[in-house]
Amino acid sequence: MLGIIRRRIGFGGSYASTLERCLHKMQPALSASRCYSSAAKEMTVREALNSALDEEMSADPKVFLMGEEVGEYQGAYKISKGLLEKYGPERVLDTPITEAGFAGIGVGAAYYGLKPVVEFMTFNFSMQAIDHIINSAAKSNYMSAGQISVPIVFRGPNGAAAGVGAQHSQCYAAWYASCPGLKVLTPYSSEDARGLLKAAIRDPDPVVFLENELLYGESFPVPAEVLDSSFCLPIGKAKIEREGKDVTITAFSRMVGFALQAAEILAKEGISAEVINLRSIRPLDRPTINASVRKTNRLVTVEEGFPQHGIGAEICTSVVTESFGYLDAPVERIAGADVPMPYAANLERMAVPQVEDIVRAAKRACYRSDRMAAAA
Amino acid sequence: MVLTRAAKASRSKLLRPLTTSLSSTSSSLRRPFSSTTDDQTVLSIETSIPFTGHKVDPPSRIVETTPKELMGFFCDMALMRRMEIAADSLYKAKLIRGFCHLYDGQEAVAVGMEAAITKKDAIITAYRDHCTFLARGGNLLEVFSELMGRTTGCSKGKGGSMHFYKKEQGFFGGHGIVGAQVPLGCGLAFAQKFNKEGTVTFASYGDGAANQGQLFEALNIAALWDLPAILVCENNHYGMGTAEWRAAKSPSYYKRGDYVPGLKVDGMDVLAVKQACKFAKEYALKNGPLILEMDTYRYHGHSMSDPGSTYRTRDEISGVRQERDPIERVRKLILSHELASEKELKDIEKNVRKEVDDAIAKAKESPMPDPSEMFTNIYVKGYGVEAFGPDKKEMRAVLP
Repeated sequence: MLGIIRRRIGFGGSYASTLERCLHKMQPALSASRCYSSAAKEMTVREALNSALDEEMSADPKVFLMGEEVGEYQGAYKISKGLLEKYGPERVLDTPITEAGFAGIGVGAAYYGLKPVVEFMTFNFSMQAIDHIINSAAKSNYMSAGQISVPIVFRGPNGAAAGVGAQHSQCYAAWYASCPGLKVLTPYSSEDARGLLKAAIRDPDPVVFLENELLYGESFPVPAEVLDSSFCLPIGKAKIEREGKDVTITAFSRMVGFALQAAEILAKEGISAEVINLRSIRPLDRPTINASVRKTNRLVTVEEGFPQHGIGAEICTSVVTESFGYLDAPVERIAGADVPMPYAANLERMAVPQVEDIVRAAKRACYRSDRMAAAA
Repeated sequence: MVLTRAAKASRSKLLRPLTTSLSSTSSSLRRPFSSTTDDQTVLSIETSIPFTGHKVDPPSRIVETTPKELMGFFCDMALMRRMEIAADSLYKAKLIRGFCHLYDGQEAVAVGMEAAITKKDAIITAYRDHCTFLARGGNLLEVFSELMGRTTGCSKGKGGSMHFYKKEQGFFGGHGIVGAQVPLGCGLAFAQKFNKEGTVTFASYGDGAANQGQLFEALNIAALWDLPAILVCENNHYGMGTAEWRAAKSPSYYKRGDYVPGLKVDGMDVLAVKQACKFAKEYALKNGPLILEMDTYRYHGHSMSDPGSTYRTRDEISGVRQERDPIERVRKLILSHELASEKELKDIEKNVRKEVDDAIAKAKESPMPDPSEMFTNIYVKGYGVEAFGPDKKEMRAVLP
């Protein structure tokens, strides 16, 4: 009997969902799915990144920062504020607007054993330097059979901002994540930003660190342990931001926030969504994703980038090959529109996934068998 | 094939005869044959032609050397020459696959550079890297094994001809993308300066790569930040099949740095190369980047799939071989200074041949990499993540 109820959960009024609603009323803090042991301090993503850079530069004299406007301008997005003053021009270097040149110089410095953090003002400009990221950095350890390791971090904002048009809005997660030899990280919250950037800087391999401009100003509560200078998050592990049992929603970067909002809305309609913050696109945490889908039997992947050959496609393949028998509905994919990003505000809004898109897809994933019945 | 006037003019420049200035200030008494160990006698030898400077005063064309050094030059270059010719045969026998870019003719650049620097200085080059690898301390077995894709190769067979490295002796590869090695080399120089090591980096590139934008981007930064980087244009006058005058509006590569000084060097004269590199190292440590243009020549085509005679005449190739061959130049110097007899030099060449043959035989016996090696060295730290072969259900590995 319980089994039938689970499948028709979207209808509401069933015993299980009523119970859930009562639970939600009783423990609102729990429903936010963030359990903090102590009173949390608030920190913006910008502050998180700045403090992570500061601490890692302080801990290891081989770490240095290089990029356009990172020094005297205090960072194009103020991520490197105060660092020039603290560490001097030998460790915080303003470069000319020559990505291919300075990315190559960064990789060469990494070959020699330094630990560069190369900032791209946005990852759209990383295309100027992509040969160095892929051919000079990612593949070197393999081609040299371990002689030349490349402990470099390429970081900067990725994906859509607001009204910046087609050439400044692309998401590069899928591009870089397809390349063996690279690690690709996508923080969402301040905790993610701090922990993952520290992990990236300490990591001996080339890491592409995809931030998001619209998240820089967002504030998140951070528990005390996150503020410690030794705090670090593991690379390759996703985080279950919100536990659920009806449908799994995977997301990364800004879309995690949208997925969480969607989960709130879905909860009110009796659908318990499990939201996974991928954190790491390469390595992709396939075990966590598959375990979740084996629990919920339904999957919605959410990403900001272009749909074709994107992150959702890889997640779908993983689930179909590893957990096919557990799927009760086809995998749903929400992605950016398959168009160069338009400028007009209404078109731009249509080109980026919105919360209602995620809600609709999750409902489709849950109503699938019912819709077929309705059609018949 | 009809050569245009411009081609004829440039061809004649290549055949500039050696002014074999064999004058020296030491006495020409017949020496006992301990030349290979004599590093006390100083020989002062004039380079074939003077250096030409761009925004810098060139060094003297009188180069100091010793019998030991000259004999060493002969042996090293003979070994390199023999190695490259052997690689040609191996490629034609299909034991070497893919790309194979041979350096014969250009040996003086690798050997002369090595004589001027230490193993703490860094060298980075493109894909024509077999001889540079050898000069930096690599051995023949590592070379031939790598070329044949065996596990005893310097990159365990996973790199191939274009990806030789010897980091602990200051050789950073071995790069397949034309021009990429120049920013990388400036990065090495950055690190050397960052560490306050007092060492320099030589980043070599060809006349084809000399037009790459990233080179100028890196040079700009190197000049702004005073990096101890020396950019060495190994101008063999052909970028693959395109002659320099067809690719560069200004083929005076030593001047292309504009605000960065440059020196033009006869790259077929090992002593000139040594002098220039010595000068460059001192200069770069004090003043930042410098460009060296080595006027050199490759006898083979661009790679083994290029006969090398569709865009240049056989006369030109044999003409350079006759007039400017680097090994012949040193041979004449050794004989005229009576540092060794003709027979001794021939014996050296015979020994070199044997050394190469032995290394090839040994390399042929070496095993191919174990299949498990396919998934090693992708990362330094793999976090236990899985990697897959073409069929993930069939081939998967855990990355340590």
